[in-house]
Amino acid sequence: MNTEILLKSERCKGCGICVSFCPKKVLGLDTLGHCSVINEQACIACGQCELRCPDYAIFVDKKVGA
Amino acid sequence: MKERTYEKYFRQNRLPHIWCPGCGNGIAMKAIVQAVEMRGLPRDKTIIVSGIGCSSRASGYMDFDTLHTAHGRAIPFATGIKLANPELNVIVITGDGDCTAIGGNHFIHGARRNIDLTVVLFNNTIYGMTGGQASPMTPLHKKATTAPYGSVDRPFDACNLAQAAGASYVARSTAFHVQHMTDMIAEGISCRGFAFIETVVQCPTAYGRKNKMPDPAEMMKWMRDNAVMKTAWDRMPEEKKADKFPIGVFHRHQAVEYTEAYSEVITLAQEGGK
Amino acid sequence: MTDMKLMQGNEACAAGAVAAGVRFFGGYPITPSTEIAETMAKILPSVGGCFVQMEDEIGGMGVVLGASLAGKKVLTATSGPGFSLKQELIGYAACAEIPVVIVNVQRVGPSTGQPTSPAQGDVMQARWGTHGDHPMIALSPWTVRETFDAAVMAVNYAERFRTPVILLMDEIVGHLRENVQLPAAENIDIYPRRCPSKTRLQGYEPYAPEADLVPNPADFGTGYRIHVTGLVHDYTGFPSGSPAVTEEFIDRLHKKILLAQDEITHYDEFFMDDAEYAVVSYGGVARTAYEAVRQARAKGIKAGMIRLMTIWPFADKVIRRNAESLKGILVPELNYGQLKYEVERAAGGKCPVKLLAKYNTEIFVPGEILEGIEALKGGRL
Ligand SMILES: Cc1ncc(C[n+]2csc(CCOP(=O)(O)OP(=O)(O)O)c2C)c(N)n1
Ligand code: SF4
Ligand code: SF4
Ligand code: SF4
Ligand SMILES: [Mg+2]
Repeated sequence: MNTEILLKSERCKGCGICVSFCPKKVLGLDTLGHCSVINEQACIACGQCELRCPDYAIFVDKKVGA
Repeated sequence: MKERTYEKYFRQNRLPHIWCPGCGNGIAMKAIVQAVEMRGLPRDKTIIVSGIGCSSRASGYMDFDTLHTAHGRAIPFATGIKLANPELNVIVITGDGDCTAIGGNHFIHGARRNIDLTVVLFNNTIYGMTGGQASPMTPLHKKATTAPYGSVDRPFDACNLAQAAGASYVARSTAFHVQHMTDMIAEGISCRGFAFIETVVQCPTAYGRKNKMPDPAEMMKWMRDNAVMKTAWDRMPEEKKADKFPIGVFHRHQAVEYTEAYSEVITLAQEGGK
Repeated sequence: MTDMKLMQGNEACAAGAVAAGVRFFGGYPITPSTEIAETMAKILPSVGGCFVQMEDEIGGMGVVLGASLAGKKVLTATSGPGFSLKQELIGYAACAEIPVVIVNVQRVGPSTGQPTSPAQGDVMQARWGTHGDHPMIALSPWTVRETFDAAVMAVNYAERFRTPVILLMDEIVGHLRENVQLPAAENIDIYPRRCPSKTRLQGYEPYAPEADLVPNPADFGTGYRIHVTGLVHDYTGFPSGSPAVTEEFIDRLHKKILLAQDEITHYDEFFMDDAEYAVVSYGGVARTAYEAVRQARAKGIKAGMIRLMTIWPFADKVIRRNAESLKGILVPELNYGQLKYEVERAAGGKCPVKLLAKYNTEIFVPGEILEGIEALKGGRL
């Protein structure tokens, strides 16, 4: 895994914007309607999700040293 | 994880914000604090002033001196703050109704005076807070609770309005173009004079649902597909413009700034008024 | 004391405000208040202050509230139509506790009415013009000299209680010219802008009341990062939907003024020691009433006069105390009857209270009020 995805679930409202804009289908909504990581391996750290999340609930970084 | 340094500009104990899932206001609010950070504004000398509306609730989440005024009146309050203490950086957050309906007169007069404010209009083309009534920026034929058959009122182009009224800097962006939006706001902050930035934001709840676009991501994709950079727009044939709209900087003209002009009045008066 | 000089009421108002420390004026011209704006436009920049002519009275009110939050003592001035426009933000100032003085030089209404003629038709609007429950302080001077003092007092009260204060003038006093001797600057008491009593680290809460029930929200730009809103808020300044917070908040807004009611209720009593009949009067009309009472005395009628300077909060105590021993009270007003009902309420049925109303643009002449006193005595009112 080259990337690190941090979810602040208490902020997530489950709008699905991150899911929709993720080019690699890394994200999905869980049964509670919150964002969840379903395929972390695929993440390319493009930052689209973090950029457009209106609730500052998802953060992605390239792993240090990766 | 790297620190997100802009997060220090939020009142953490006030988050999450009250906005609906997918509301574009959160994106615009983050763009503002990132622009403030880019410009290195001293936090204790930066004042956020807002009107009334969903968008105007932003002031409560931002860790500066913040002022949530009355509907339409943010610009006069901001004018008073700036005139009283010109060393303060004053940023106004307003909605399409707040700025161009009830506050329309203050808006054009603020621009006319060219007072050094950065005014960011969160344009969701609807009255969000009160549940979806038409605003002066609701596009023709779009639906609102007070325009159930589609709006027949012609909308304002707030950027044209600001420019015609005398603003020093006028730009537009969208919630899809996050980085661009931040740049547009940052340039507005640098401008010494009345800077106006319209940012198109999605309101899935009060606008989207009524206009067959209930999904916030779809609304943002609509922005992606219909916003055209100013340079391309200028070269675009009229018949292709239809539902499209330009974004970018429309106007830059550094005219005399109002508090500077008034400081000359003070000098004159103190010399005995020649 | 300074030299004697001929001054207009409106000019005295501006001079008093500046003497009390006002350094910011925003407004919109309207007869018969315009000279206040004009005088401020001239004086303020010369003392390093700021005058701004706004696009309307709402803007005029907003701009002074912004300036007040940024640390300036502020004034705005208007007349009836503009006073109506300012009402929403007068309520904002009451709710967010922002010091501001609003001058209303009253003219004949409703609507555009008779712009150049005097009236006292905004007494109730001064009290209840903005929506919702709120306290109000309103002062009504009767001479040019007192207009100066009232302006100083209004600014001091606005700062002390952090509340809007209305200087309820009328065209008579606003446009009157009198010889006045103003106090020297060092003899004028000035209430300074209140400051936070704690630092952020000490747990400062901008809307926590002090012992006098008035909070000390910090001026903008001083490093406290406070939030100011017109929504009901708790001590932190942030909105609260709690019934308990709301109740305590509305209560405190009223009580901070009521605690000091006796101190801020100013009035004069003339010939009241043995009076059987009293005229209760205020503003420009009191000048005529005073003459009428003297003429009544000359005719052997035991008439006296209570002249109210503080209109709101209403001077219940002085009216109640006098009503016990009076046979009747006459209230001459340049309106269809407004403060008369307050006098009647305060008199509590101890003596009859009669109205002498005039609303035809003309001022009272002493003979009219004298006739009124005689009619009151004769039971003909
Ligand atoms: C004087 C006044 N009139 C009406 C309202 C009710 N009101 C509150 S917000 C609003 C509309 C807000 O629309 P906009 O400015 O576009 O902001 P949005 O909620 O869409 O962000 C209205 C009409 C009010 N608060 N005050
Ligand atoms: S965009 Fe943000 S708020 Fe929306 S689902 Fe994703 S993480 Fe949650
Ligand atoms: S960084 Fe890009 S690839 Fe990774 S989850 Fe976010 S949007 Fe998907
Ligand atoms: S109603 Fe619209 S503008 Fe208001 S919070 Fe909801 S989505 Fe945002
Ligand atoms: Mg809107």
